[in-house]
Amino acid sequence: MAEKTIAGTQVKVTEDGYLEDMTQWNEEIAREIAKEIGIELTDKHFEVINYLREKTFAKEALTIRSVGKSGIVDIKQLYALFPKGPLKFSSKIAGIPKPTSCI
Amino acid sequence: MKNLVILGAGTAGTMMLNKLNKELDKNEWKITIVDQHKTHYYQPGFLFIPFGIYKKHDVIKPKYDFFPAGVDVIFSPIDKILGEENKVYLEGGQVLNYDFLIIATGTQTYPSLTPGLKDKLWYKDIFDFYTIEGALALHNRLKDFEGGDLVMCIPELPYKCPVAPIEFVCLAEAYFKERGIRDKVNITYVTLMSGAFTKPIASKMLGDLLEEKNIKVVPDFYLEHVDNENKKIVSYDEQEIHFDILTIVPVNMGSEMIKRSSLGDDMNYVKTNKFTLQSDQFENIFVIGDAANLPTSKAGSVAHFAGEILMENILAAMEGRPLPAKFDGHANCYIETGYGKGALIDFNYVTEPLPGTFPLPGIGPFGLLKNTKMNHYGKVLFRWIYWHILLKGKELPIEADMSMAGKKSI
Repeated sequence: MAEKTIAGTQVKVTEDGYLEDMTQWNEEIAREIAKEIGIELTDKHFEVINYLREKTFAKEALTIRSVGKSGIVDIKQLYALFPKGPLKFSSKIAGIPKPTSCI
Repeated sequence: MKNLVILGAGTAGTMMLNKLNKELDKNEWKITIVDQHKTHYYQPGFLFIPFGIYKKHDVIKPKYDFFPAGVDVIFSPIDKILGEENKVYLEGGQVLNYDFLIIATGTQTYPSLTPGLKDKLWYKDIFDFYTIEGALALHNRLKDFEGGDLVMCIPELPYKCPVAPIEFVCLAEAYFKERGIRDKVNITYVTLMSGAFTKPIASKMLGDLLEEKNIKVVPDFYLEHVDNENKKIVSYDEQEIHFDILTIVPVNMGSEMIKRSSLGDDMNYVKTNKFTLQSDQFENIFVIGDAANLPTSKAGSVAHFAGEILMENILAAMEGRPLPAKFDGHANCYIETGYGKGALIDFNYVTEPLPGTFPLPGIGPFGLLKNTKMNHYGKVLFRWIYWHILLKGKELPIEADMSMAGKKSI
């Protein structure tokens, strides 16, 4: 665990750069994490991000498949928004824990 | 007379039946078990069928062989569970009342959920080895295979026995070498995960092992469809990989019955308390094995360890006591790696697989995260243990809770 300043806010992050505490998140932090990854956030990105945060607050596990059924985006659109890491990058930007693949 | 009903007579359900049958007072409890199939498959053996190591008769026995006397057995598909009324509806209209219910309906493969998978190449050039039919069809195809691209693809999580695809490519590599055609076969391991396995230390060890065997790993590949015309698998971000033979873990989901009963998550796995193994919705419903949405492996070893916890908790619940036992997600997997060797991993919800010895610290005889002949013997021996000890609910000399003794922290 480490402290890091993102968009002027001091936050706790994991080794991989995921926020430790999702309540420390704000939209500016999201934009800056996205920029590091190389993604410019649009309203559609935020719709997905808010969905991920809601589900995480409700303690529901997230999968690419379940986001694809959310009614916000299908899986192809999710890939288009967050290339190379649809769930990994979107989770990082949303300030929620790294998705665990249960295996 | 009170009723205990067990749904599913696979590994987990049969094991619980035998354990509880020994514990419960027959004057007080009637036990009923329901399953739609009469044959019990030794599923870990499916992996060996494509290579002719096991034949069909090595992996099947009648389910009746494992049911103790005095238990009611019903062979029928299940329509749904009505938790509010403590009733199970069977297809055909029969209704079972229960005081306690154990759900052990497992996980199934659904190849039809991936476009192009169950199409004209299905069981010709595309196979699963999670069913007896698939494993036998693959055996026939491999016999005549003279070379080309063999692709193993994992399209979705979770799936039954997470190490099986790694074992498959290792055994295939050894099989082709033995047949003298290894140099004519490209083996590719394609996964939606970021590496050969999820947990970092095991992923590294298993990734290195595959590299040594010249098996190519393609990570972060999320399968969208199979192109039957050009024999390619295509991902959502439009990566394409050619195959001559495709072996696949079809998407796994829980029973449709769970959905009809409104007890599951979006993959039809029963929402289960990961420590107590009680349903999140009903106090008199417990869940064991692959049917539960526990964040650990879907594997027989997990069902075995969870079985001891479930037994303590359900007996307490029956007597109105608080639930005493907590499951830690313990899993223990032998990994066949070919050439008479094997690896072993032992882990739980919080501790990832670590190197060391098992079960005795410093002695073994099994090496954790090591590729040894002794581990292979463990796997071979396991078939006997499965039929004679595990299914019959007898004790094994391994603790249900994972132990850190013998493991090295990294």
